[in-house]
Amino acid sequence: MKKKVLSLLLAAAMTVTAFSGLAITASAADAAEGKQLSVQIGPNPETLDPALNSAVDGGNMLLHLFECLLTVDQDGKIAPGQAESWETSEDGLVWTFHLRDGLTWSDGSALTANDFVYSWKRVCDPEVAAPYAETVLGMVEGFDQAIEGDLDALKVVAEDDQTLVVTLKAACTYFDSLAAFATLSPVQEATVEANGDAWAIEPSTYVSNGPFMITEWVPGSHIITEKNPNYWNADAIKLGSIKWNLIEDSNASYSAYQTGEVDFIKDVPTEEIPSLSDNDEFHVDTIMGTYYLSMNLNVEPFDNPLVRKALSLAIDREYIANTLMQGTYSPATNFIGPGWRDTDGNAFVDAANGGEGYLPLNADLEAAKAALEEAGYPNGEGLPVLHYTTNDSGYHKTVAEYLQQAWKELGITLDVQIVEWSSFTPMRRNGEYEIARNGWVADYSDPSNMLDLLYSSNGNNDGKYASADYDAAMDIARSTADAAERSEAMHKAEDIMMADYACIPVAYYNDFWLQRNTIKGTWHSGYGYWYFMYADIEE
Amino acid sequence: MGRYIVKRLGIALITIWLVATLTFFLMNLVPGGPFLSEKAVSPKALAALEEKYGLDKPLSQQYVTYLKGAVAGDFGDSLKQRGRTVTSIITSKFPVSARLGGLAVLLACCIGIPLGSISALNRGKVLDNVIIVLATCGIAVPSFVICTLLMYFFGMRLGWLPTLGLGSWKHYVMPICALAFYPTAYITRLMRSSMLDVLGQDYMRTARAKGLNQFIRLFKHALRNAILPVVTYLGPLLAYTVTGSFIVEKIFNIPGLGREFISSITNRDYTVIMGTTIFLATLMVLMNVVVDIVYKIIDPRIKLK
Repeated sequence: MKKKVLSLLLAAAMTVTAFSGLAITASAADAAEGKQLSVQIGPNPETLDPALNSAVDGGNMLLHLFECLLTVDQDGKIAPGQAESWETSEDGLVWTFHLRDGLTWSDGSALTANDFVYSWKRVCDPEVAAPYAETVLGMVEGFDQAIEGDLDALKVVAEDDQTLVVTLKAACTYFDSLAAFATLSPVQEATVEANGDAWAIEPSTYVSNGPFMITEWVPGSHIITEKNPNYWNADAIKLGSIKWNLIEDSNASYSAYQTGEVDFIKDVPTEEIPSLSDNDEFHVDTIMGTYYLSMNLNVEPFDNPLVRKALSLAIDREYIANTLMQGTYSPATNFIGPGWRDTDGNAFVDAANGGEGYLPLNADLEAAKAALEEAGYPNGEGLPVLHYTTNDSGYHKTVAEYLQQAWKELGITLDVQIVEWSSFTPMRRNGEYEIARNGWVADYSDPSNMLDLLYSSNGNNDGKYASADYDAAMDIARSTADAAERSEAMHKAEDIMMADYACIPVAYYNDFWLQRNTIKGTWHSGYGYWYFMYADIEE
Repeated sequence: MGRYIVKRLGIALITIWLVATLTFFLMNLVPGGPFLSEKAVSPKALAALEEKYGLDKPLSQQYVTYLKGAVAGDFGDSLKQRGRTVTSIITSKFPVSARLGGLAVLLACCIGIPLGSISALNRGKVLDNVIIVLATCGIAVPSFVICTLLMYFFGMRLGWLPTLGLGSWKHYVMPICALAFYPTAYITRLMRSSMLDVLGQDYMRTARAKGLNQFIRLFKHALRNAILPVVTYLGPLLAYTVTGSFIVEKIFNIPGLGREFISSITNRDYTVIMGTTIFLATLMVLMNVVVDIVYKIIDPRIKLK
């Protein structure tokens, strides 16, 4: 009898015993030779297939695992990568890339120009459904046929093992920065064809060509990448391995940094920022991107530019960026902010609007009230209650509350709706909103990447802005091979949309992170990527 | 008893089918989809993706296709984590959560049952009051508070325990304590009240009157009867706990199944939502059947029909 009682008490114990037989995957961390850098730049990546990735953190890992034809150097300039040199034909339509001698994959097999041909065609393959296909290859001759399934129509040709020739249908002065974009990394045909989508989840089938290669991936826990001895510049790599801690929660990453388990964290809890301002391990750096508000221009009263002007001018951008957002953002006076490059290589923002910001840093309440009165709503009389929609993360709610307060000064009542992210995005895209939070971070440093957002037929034109003049200016920017003309057209486009108050720029994005002072030789780019490949850890 | 089990398993199947059907249609009612991102995917790419995963078909057809696959044991591919199947996600993550959850339930039983009994035996005394206060706290304090406090003191202040992931046995201490906190408190209270109930029964007085020693009286007569409510609770508790806790796994960055439940919903990863829900439902239903059988073993008075 007593035995039975005991057996019951042990019921739970049995379950446990059953499971404890399953061994924990032993960490390969100790097996790796050389110094290990332990970093956190995001949660578990959805994919590490270069063609499929669309996330910034995934892109950052891909930069270490693969090398494109070209790369971005420490100064943000385009530099040789797998291609040693490259040239453009006079009309800007034919790009020729010359690969380095003796390139190999991480498994030691040879890498040739044909691998790029295969990989780029794969990006167009409708079966692969690469989200960035149009962004990175849309200007290549034959893209329209390729995306329908006729892959061989894509005019990307390997003249010999070391020469890749790309023919464009229209001049694209920034094609060099696309050639450095992670989506266009070469992937090895043998492993992709043999393993299908699953090639990119197992270290054993994950063949790459960059400075590091995957040796372990425990989803939701960590990824270990070891130095790739077959990388052409392997001698310059000082680290033995990088451990990418896949942490979702910023408090978890912060405590891991504090306990010394991680040397670098991207996700710093915003509550901790006031206490970190004097810490020399805390860094803030610009990235190309703008936090802005979209207004649904098909809906009254947002169809009236004067109302939009009033809403825009009533905002104190300096206060939002430096006080509410604790200096982790910078006040935005333009749509195209710092970091974006003009066609001559200089900062686009320096030549915009004669070098002066379009918008004041501080609120201009008088001008805002005057604009509202001119629009026929003196002191906000006659205006309905306005609705602001946002998801709840980062500073979105803080900004929403600030807007309520700021626009109250104009006599406007703002109703804030907080929506879950997955519902928010389609709502905004379908125009089921009045005013919504919006934002964009650069894919490449040409301002057209962001200016395209307001092109009437663009899929990301959430405000449904439609201006014939704006479209005309952007058409010129797209088709011309003349750098000066192109630059002028893009500046004109920004002038038009700012004069129309097509959207309300609020702040420029920055990245902020914690990094131990013993880590040397890393850098951060305006695309929001960190470069750890040439890092070293001082003892 | 054989017939009873067959009958129960039949009902279990119907329950699981109902859960699967409801989940399927409810998740498709929620706005959004798996292929969304802040930057719009081109219509062509979106159409290609939907075709690849059969999301372009009418919902009823998708439902039939899914059920057919599920019956054959094929739960499909994750829509978000390209290249991973739902089965591989569950089989790689469930053992992690199960190990933590199983140990937590064991800990909860080992502490909760004796604590509740001691409390009942010392009814009204200081010890009883202390235990009641502790148990009430345990039920009232949410797990993220426990996690944060544990992490702050043992991870950051004292530096005794690592806070990230699962490597050595040390990594297990804090998550298991956090997971066991609520069930321990609950079992303590459950055990105390049912023990008090039993202690007041006539047969206990009889046992005492006929001079049985205290040990036999407590273990053979009192505990065996008093433990029945705990066993009832243990079934669903075990099913819930071994499938992981979103909060505990998120805070300690544990690659378990609990996080997969929630993130699959926020990601609209339809196949993973279905797979994890069916898995939890199956486990839950099975645990209830097991509890009924265990009941019969402990208490011969119960007839299973």
